[in-house]
Amino acid sequence: MMNSLTSIWAEARSNPLLLVLWLAVAALAAYVFVNGGYLMAVLQFACIYVVFVAGLNLFMGFTGQVSFGHNAFAAISGYTSAVLTATYGWDPVPAAVLGIGGALACALIVGYPVLRLRGHYLAMATLAIGLIAYEVAVQWDSVTQGYMGISGIAPLGVGRWTITSDRGILIFLIVVALLSLLMVRGIRRSRLGRSFVAVAGSEDAARALGIDVARTKLLAFLISAGYAAVAGSLFVHAVGFVSPEVFGLHMVVLAFTMLYVGGIGTIVGPVFGAVIVALLPETFRGFKEYQDLAYGAALVLILIYTPRGLVSLPDLWRRRKAAQKTDVQQTSARQGGAA
Amino acid sequence: MTAAVEPSRILSVEGLSARYGHVEALHPVDLHVEAGELVAVLGPNGAGKSTLMRALMGLVPTQGSVAFHGHAVPRRNPAKAAAMGLVLVPEGRGIFAPMTVAENLELGAYLLNDKQEFARRHDRVMTLFPRLKERLAQTAGSLSGGEQQMLAVGRALMSDPKLLLLDEPSLGLAPRVIEEILQTLGELNRAGLPIILVEQKAPLVLTLARRAYIMSVGSIAAEIDPRQVKSHDELAHFYLG
Repeated sequence: MMNSLTSIWAEARSNPLLLVLWLAVAALAAYVFVNGGYLMAVLQFACIYVVFVAGLNLFMGFTGQVSFGHNAFAAISGYTSAVLTATYGWDPVPAAVLGIGGALACALIVGYPVLRLRGHYLAMATLAIGLIAYEVAVQWDSVTQGYMGISGIAPLGVGRWTITSDRGILIFLIVVALLSLLMVRGIRRSRLGRSFVAVAGSEDAARALGIDVARTKLLAFLISAGYAAVAGSLFVHAVGFVSPEVFGLHMVVLAFTMLYVGGIGTIVGPVFGAVIVALLPETFRGFKEYQDLAYGAALVLILIYTPRGLVSLPDLWRRRKAAQKTDVQQTSARQGGAA
Repeated sequence: MTAAVEPSRILSVEGLSARYGHVEALHPVDLHVEAGELVAVLGPNGAGKSTLMRALMGLVPTQGSVAFHGHAVPRRNPAKAAAMGLVLVPEGRGIFAPMTVAENLELGAYLLNDKQEFARRHDRVMTLFPRLKERLAQTAGSLSGGEQQMLAVGRALMSDPKLLLLDEPSLGLAPRVIEEILQTLGELNRAGLPIILVEQKAPLVLTLARRAYIMSVGSIAAEIDPRQVKSHDELAHFYLG
């Protein structure tokens, strides 16, 4: 832990622009922590999405697969948490653990056949999983209460010790988000993580090195489903309410946007993606009916200027500086030639 | 490992064929490799050389038998073939561009759990390719073509191959770089590593190889002794039929 913190620091020092991004996020968190208000909810939401997107990033960014259906795993654990605590009076922790376990079991059953597919076919099959989960949440009225949703879900906590204040929830979510990132980082630097990236690079080359490609993909799918499930449970306990829309297709669209805006396949990309994408609509609140237009335009601009995500900003900066340097060299060389 | 005093057959392939869907890309072929040998597989583009390499590894659906050191190499199980010591450096190198050189090398020893053995193999690769040592922290995609080929060979050596399969290592490289890489391969072979070297540019490997198979339209057309080939015309005869 200490080790990885020092290496993060070393990385940040060698990459000042990234450090600025980190400081901006930290400053925002501090500001919100002190002043509270509506931004508190926005930042809590962003933290939960950091967990969800960090997991999706393992499957899509590192392993090179695609899933439009990870909302299903968030829904399974989220609804399990909600029903067990609100309807049956369970404690949040066992409810969440059962929910996450259930989501992983489903991921195993679904993942085994579905991961034989590739590319667009995998995208379609996973999309179907997400849609099915949504339909079940809507139609299984007796348990999920349909569109009405479930309210009165127990807050985060163990026994009598619960986190109910907005500030407490924010701190807890920030800690969970950071831990999930550190875990992604640990995985990426392990043999397992290297096999993920190898599968993304070339399945045949990975096989020829002795990597069991099907097993590797399944593991990536399971781990990312686990992250989605944690995010699902966090959401319902933090907000205290759940309805099918919470885990609908919108969740997938949002997560994809965060993943690409932040920087797919990078370790910290999900943080910047989640924070920016959660904040942008609020920033343009003053635009009233043009809010969505401004939001969309801002996203397009970000993706045009940092096609590999906000995390690639420092590279952009470096390249620009390098280009200027060679420009200067060429100009002076030309002038030298003329003289 | 020292070169065996008595040549013995390490790889024998009988009636191996491979198909992509309905197309038989490799018609049944027989071939063999003796201990310590460097065997060339020559032939024009589309002759089935790469398919033969992929079939040996079990990367494509095959018929026929492949025996390595007396054990059958299972079909469609490249991970098992790799564990048996058959290691392929694929056409186009198959290195993982977004990962660092060090990570690529680590992946070569994916099946290895022994730290000391890992260090031994790593040292050997660093001695063989000093240029990789300077580039360990760089991403593999940022290397030059020659360095990438060195990395591909280095990564294969990390899995301690008992037979190295090389698919067109010269592809897209400058003549000087090709020479350097072939020289290294020659060194490895003289140290006792059996190699099957696939090449389109025949003259490159004829000085290295003890035997050569000539492939044409999906089957082996001839087996030749490169030292007996006197002129390019004679070689062209094999190529063109």
